[in-house]
Amino acid sequence: MDLGLTPSETKFRDELRAWLKTNLPAKKVKTAESGTEYFDYLKNWQRKLFEGNYAGVSWPKEFGGRGASFMEQAIFQEELALADAPERMGTIGQGLVGPTIITVGTEEQKKRYLPAILSGEEVWCQGFSEPNAGSDLASLETKGIREGDDFVVNGQKIWTSYAHIADQCMLVVRTDMTAAKHKGMTCLLVDMKSPGITVRPLKMMSGDSGFNEMFFSNLRVPAKNVLGKVNEGWNVAITALSNERANLGTGLYVVFKRNLDAVLEHARKLRRNGKPVIEDPVIRQKLAQSYLDLEVFRLNTTRSLSNLNKTGVPGPEGSIQKLYWSELNQRNAQVAMEVLGPYAQLTNFDDGRWVYNYLRSRGNTIEAGTSEVQRNIIAQRVLGLPRSY
Amino acid sequence: MEFDLSKPQQLLQKSARDLFARDCSAKRVRELMATDTAFHPELWSAVADQGWLGIHLDESVGGLGLGAVDLAVVAEEMGRACYPGPFLGTVWAATLIAEANSKSKHLEPLTTGAAKGAVAYLEPDAGWCPENVQLKATAAGGGFKLSGRKSFVSDAGLADVIVCVARTGDGLALLAMPAKTSGVTITRTPALDQSRKLYDVDFAGVTVAADDVLSVGQAAETALARSIQVATLATSADMLGGMQWMIADAVEYAKTRQQFGKVIGSFQAVQHMCADMLLLTESSRSAIYFAAWALDAEPASAARAISTAKAYSSDASREVANRAVQVHGGIGFTWEHDLQLYYKRSKASEILFGDATYHRAQLADLVFSA
Repeated sequence: MDLGLTPSETKFRDELRAWLKTNLPAKKVKTAESGTEYFDYLKNWQRKLFEGNYAGVSWPKEFGGRGASFMEQAIFQEELALADAPERMGTIGQGLVGPTIITVGTEEQKKRYLPAILSGEEVWCQGFSEPNAGSDLASLETKGIREGDDFVVNGQKIWTSYAHIADQCMLVVRTDMTAAKHKGMTCLLVDMKSPGITVRPLKMMSGDSGFNEMFFSNLRVPAKNVLGKVNEGWNVAITALSNERANLGTGLYVVFKRNLDAVLEHARKLRRNGKPVIEDPVIRQKLAQSYLDLEVFRLNTTRSLSNLNKTGVPGPEGSIQKLYWSELNQRNAQVAMEVLGPYAQLTNFDDGRWVYNYLRSRGNTIEAGTSEVQRNIIAQRVLGLPRSY
Repeated sequence: MEFDLSKPQQLLQKSARDLFARDCSAKRVRELMATDTAFHPELWSAVADQGWLGIHLDESVGGLGLGAVDLAVVAEEMGRACYPGPFLGTVWAATLIAEANSKSKHLEPLTTGAAKGAVAYLEPDAGWCPENVQLKATAAGGGFKLSGRKSFVSDAGLADVIVCVARTGDGLALLAMPAKTSGVTITRTPALDQSRKLYDVDFAGVTVAADDVLSVGQAAETALARSIQVATLATSADMLGGMQWMIADAVEYAKTRQQFGKVIGSFQAVQHMCADMLLLTESSRSAIYFAAWALDAEPASAARAISTAKAYSSDASREVANRAVQVHGGIGFTWEHDLQLYYKRSKASEILFGDATYHRAQLADLVFSA
């Protein structure tokens, strides 16, 4: 048990701090998931990180990463939070697709896709869910039929985050209609500019268009774009989802910490009943719970990265992280509303940040696997209880 | 940076687990609980012989010279076994004396287990902040004279040495004395957790010699704060061990108990309770072992880390205990099932050194005013 930094970790941190001092963007652009100004802002930040060799701290050097350890990845996340850095762009590419390509991709695929993920040149989306395949992903129906050197894809995906801006898609389709449902799927890497793809944005309850429907009509995908093996797409999807659960949380700490700091700032300034809100003992209890929940999230993340450093493979225990951060963010969004009182509902107060956070967090326990699915995974794959379905 | 037990710490964990599995069965715990003091000489010397009473204290005072993480490892295994006896009182007293005046003759017998200890801190007002200490120590002949009552004193009935936290004109005083000192009366107060007993300690004009004054004023307050952090950590780790036992027991039961022709662990309502128990237990583990590390390595963040760990694990431990009983159904609610031992110990530990509400208030002061 030693959470102190080794000499090389200290060197990494000090260099990173110095780098952040000169490279952090001076001007802050406010959050809004679909806004192009915000998107450009994040894209520029990603480019800067890439040029500074910080875009993929724990990724292999030959594909644009830094080749550092997962502990340095953890230090990186904490330093970004301390420096109040912008959030990361392209979480699907960096958190989910990239690590999966590193694990099961061909050399050619690694060379083709990985550097562009890190530099922010290519944004990815993830074509998994369908209208009739949500939590029960293995029942998906979108077909990929082999014709010569291509797979011809027909069908529909839904809830596809970033499809409206994505350059590439990691798409899971059914390629063997006769096999058992977990066995006949294949994972394809699809250029979103290909003919045969129609993207239709769906509005979230927050008013943003962060996710989409995707329709495929005779989309042709070259067979060399199969990720992993044909008809073994289920395992590839599980690898991707395990990475998603392990990685998504690490970047979110920065976002959550910034939200809490902003709430505290308001609690100091806003007055209610003749005194600053932060002096209200009930509010203090709630804010302290927000603080400690977030602190436990940080520690859980560091611990799981420390574990990943030894095993190299994210396991089903990532579901604990997903469950934890999604429920934490909902609780903390609620506490923020209570601190702000009637101001919380104004869409022009802080550019609507608190309305947005509250509404957006509602989706957290549904996206990337519902809380119920996460609990099933924990019960069945970590605790060894029998399957319930 | 490594967020995991080191090799030697893993060995320590294993030897503690093996020792308690062998010598501290639930059957034995139940027999001891039924007695006035819940004490067993061999169970006590087994721990003392390992040096665990001073595991985190310097070798110069009879300790093992290891750290707070090692103390947490042992305390966790004690929680897993519902270890009865005066471990907490003795470790708290030893830590307090080591911090306040390591030359005191009372220290070494405690770290070696030759003597048992207790800290008389809470008063009938029962607030965990030091400002609540009102029992007066009046200067007398180089030492002090003490009159008043201390309550909720862990392990006092077994103690050979009592450290009393009292108020003087110059701030707090830490006064050590043999429990048999004339004017000291120790009375058991029956309570929920029978594996670790609580007592009232009355001081009726007790004379404390100059030699037995460990520290007065700022130095006393600093020593007290640090010793409470160490004892709070040990209490949190004890809860973690209890959570570990309860989740293992509930999952095992869910895998074997059948209803509707299936094991109940195949029902999602039961699975989800078990999943929540794991999240609560593992998150407590992260918070507690970070706090243990911070106590030694990062004193500036120790107070926050300890309050985070105690607040989180107090709520978590109660929730894990509730779900464990719920998974068991009727049998979990009986005297016969060992869950009741853990259910009660978990509740007592939640109260000990302040519950989540107390520590959230502490955190608010530490974090928001900064």
